[in-house]
Amino acid sequence: MSHAENCASQPVRVQYFALLREQAGRSDEALDTCARTPRELYGELRARHPFTLEPAMLRVAVNSEFCGWEQPLRAGDAVVFIPPVAGG
Amino acid sequence: MERFRFSDVPLEPAALARSLADPACGGYSAFEGWVRNHNEGQSVVSLEYEAYAELAVREGERIVKEAIRRFGVARALCVHRIGSLGIGDLAVWVGVSAAHRDEAFCACRYIIDEVKHRLPIWKKEHYRSGDSGWVNCERCAAPAAREHEAQVHHERTHSPRPESRRLLP
Repeated sequence: MSHAENCASQPVRVQYFALLREQAGRSDEALDTCARTPRELYGELRARHPFTLEPAMLRVAVNSEFCGWEQPLRAGDAVVFIPPVAGG
Repeated sequence: MERFRFSDVPLEPAALARSLADPACGGYSAFEGWVRNHNEGQSVVSLEYEAYAELAVREGERIVKEAIRRFGVARALCVHRIGSLGIGDLAVWVGVSAAHRDEAFCACRYIIDEVKHRLPIWKKEHYRSGDSGWVNCERCAAPAAREHEAQVHHERTHSPRPESRRLLP
């Protein structure tokens, strides 16, 4: 991506489930991003995919643990945005 | 000891119950969640469960451990289905064995309630109308989703050349 040349971008992997998987049209993707936090990353991804869920509806996990929206992202992180759950 | 797992094949409650047998236990309680043929006014014909298994198993183990510690029960296990299920199928099973019935009931209730709220598991319902939807996800997202669908439909309907459709993302 062009803006990646103008910032200190780092590689991350995003996995998609349920509604987000269908809207992204894929179950995961690797990308270089300038996003510093999951919140910034979701904003960036919404520009590429027709995601309808607002961040307030989602939770975030990094490297298979729940985390906050402002947790700093590091190179190689695996990020998952978790739509409203419906187990049971 | 394993306390939470997923299964992509039908669950067998009798065998699961036997796995919790303990000579020190006089009480056993289980909860079975079944696939219901209706939800929020819609007639449901089948559904699919999807899970973020890596995180769900970790969190599921935590929930069952919490129940064991909190209510002092001897053993507890939860198994959740993933994949396609029909009406009446067993979707989730929770079993608890304890010295006495009271703590078995309480731990069982705690586990199913926490599982429903905390685990990254999603349910897509297929309706008699031919429509389908992700439970708890669609209503909040419905207006934008319909807009997107309408746009895709428009592109498909009015695409002048069939090959141009292949270029769409």
